[in-house]
Amino acid sequence: MAGRDSSSKRWLLPDGVEQALPGEARRIEGLRRRVLDLFDAWGYELVITPLIEYLESLLADADDELNLQVFKLTDQSSGRMLGIRADMTPQVARMDAHMLHAHGINRLCYAGQVLKARCGGVSGSRSPLQFGAEIYGHEGVGSSTEVIRLMLAALDAAGVDGVHLGVGHVGICRGFAQAAGLAPERSERLLDLLNTKAGHEIEAYLLEQGVARGQIEWFVSLADLYGDAGVLDEARRRYAGAVPQVADALDELQSVADALARSHPGVQLHCNLAELPGYHYETGLVFAGYVPSIGQEIARGGRYNNVGESFGKARPAVGFSSDLKLLAALGDDDGAAAETAAGAAQTICAPPDDDPALHEKIASLRAAGERVAVQFDAAANAAGARALVRDGGKWVVREAS
Amino acid sequence: MTAARFRIAVAKGRLLQEALPLLGRAGLAPDGDPLRERRLVMPCADDGGAEIVIIRAADVPTFVEYGAADFGIAGKDMLMEHDGRGFYELCDLGIARCRMVVAGHARRGAPPRRPRVATKYVATARRHFAQSGRQADIVKLYGSMELGPILGLSDLIVDLVDTGETLRTNGLAEIEEIAGISARLIANRASMRIKGTAMRAVADRFAAAARTE
Repeated sequence: MAGRDSSSKRWLLPDGVEQALPGEARRIEGLRRRVLDLFDAWGYELVITPLIEYLESLLADADDELNLQVFKLTDQSSGRMLGIRADMTPQVARMDAHMLHAHGINRLCYAGQVLKARCGGVSGSRSPLQFGAEIYGHEGVGSSTEVIRLMLAALDAAGVDGVHLGVGHVGICRGFAQAAGLAPERSERLLDLLNTKAGHEIEAYLLEQGVARGQIEWFVSLADLYGDAGVLDEARRRYAGAVPQVADALDELQSVADALARSHPGVQLHCNLAELPGYHYETGLVFAGYVPSIGQEIARGGRYNNVGESFGKARPAVGFSSDLKLLAALGDDDGAAAETAAGAAQTICAPPDDDPALHEKIASLRAAGERVAVQFDAAANAAGARALVRDGGKWVVREAS
Repeated sequence: MTAARFRIAVAKGRLLQEALPLLGRAGLAPDGDPLRERRLVMPCADDGGAEIVIIRAADVPTFVEYGAADFGIAGKDMLMEHDGRGFYELCDLGIARCRMVVAGHARRGAPPRRPRVATKYVATARRHFAQSGRQADIVKLYGSMELGPILGLSDLIVDLVDTGETLRTNGLAEIEEIAGISARLIANRASMRIKGTAMRAVADRFAAAARTE
């Protein structure tokens, strides 16, 4: 009984692991090419990172979150622990710090499979096709704005409409935490609380930590600062002269917001000053793209200076990443099935004939971008489909009827 | 889905009962009586753009995290069990108050060094014992936790208590408190960005309604 059961479920895939059938795969691959072409046109060089590597290099700067996400196994040839990449950003940062000329500006991009030990995110996938772009070696509003614009362009290329942009700045929470004298492990707990905006719990926690009343007020009011670019004015008013690092962060956010308002007046901007998304390597500006139909972010990024430090060179960096599978599904309005049908209709059927003239004709059609498939069983050729037929002494394409 | 401006998921049961007056004060009373009716989705009587969905308490965080509901009203016990990272916890509504405690036999000595703990709140119990530096084996039960120590299934239980009457009746006593529990207003992270102004207005109405209780 057990044997039969297991054989009848052999088609089952592990949780969060997907396969793509023809129409869907075509869409995903089409999107991958469009996005990489877009990156190329913006001057970004493609890099390919290893799928698997020594755990200590993969987790060099990682926090617990990334550690949990990495699938681990033993290398039979060296006896060392290996990890499968769960996020390509740190790998690309290492390439920049260690392998490339780490002085000028490097614009790098990547696309590939990552594997996560736990299901998460919008799609619940453990095997997203991560793609992204990073700028290394420039600190400032210019590179941050460029990366956000590139993210919006990539979402546009994927046919995702109605994108809302969320922005925040890690320096605000960190600046206040430092000014309040919170030890790093305590400030992590605080950042978690700020992330949920649970004002009463933030207050209770800080009282417990012996933080002064006035400083507690910074954090509690921070949780409440979200909305359009107007909250930046409000924040500057509230925190005037409090902590210089916070004032700088607010100015930076303002410059980015202004620049985006000029270049993308149609994109809704949402500021959230207490937000610290995802892996904790970000150090400055953070941003994410949202669409109304999805309850979670669809693309995200930020500034993560110093991520290459453990590989020899601390460099300013800013970048974004997203998931090709997710975007392909989002831009898809029953498109996958329609595209399979369209692909089948466009295919030219060739007879199983060994005539050299036919081979030549097929080769020239394929070179011209046509899709030609030999029909092994001539009788099976659908009557209405496009087909190669002999017309006098020549092979010609008979268009679909 | 429908064109509702926003959707509020409310845990059924005692919490729903206590939430109804609050929803009324916030101008979001459902168009009907969810305690009697079988409808799972109800538009709000005074606010055509809003609707209430009535679901199991443990599902409220999930509905909100995935954006199937913009807001949720759920007990802190459920949020703690859910790990509470996928949504905002906007305010303490101050209703459905109780406490989450560790309890055991009233008249027996200290529990063993590595106790077996029966609970519905597996994640919370595991976290609590780990944080206090104790090893414990957790047994998942779906109800009547008090039976655990009585029938020898477990040494301790982790459960919600209100007056403590059920514990006393069954010869159990509270050993330590894990957390004070009350209902919270939670919100989806993406909705807060996309429907920012409207969502904030609703959150403010809830906060005001909670204060005037």
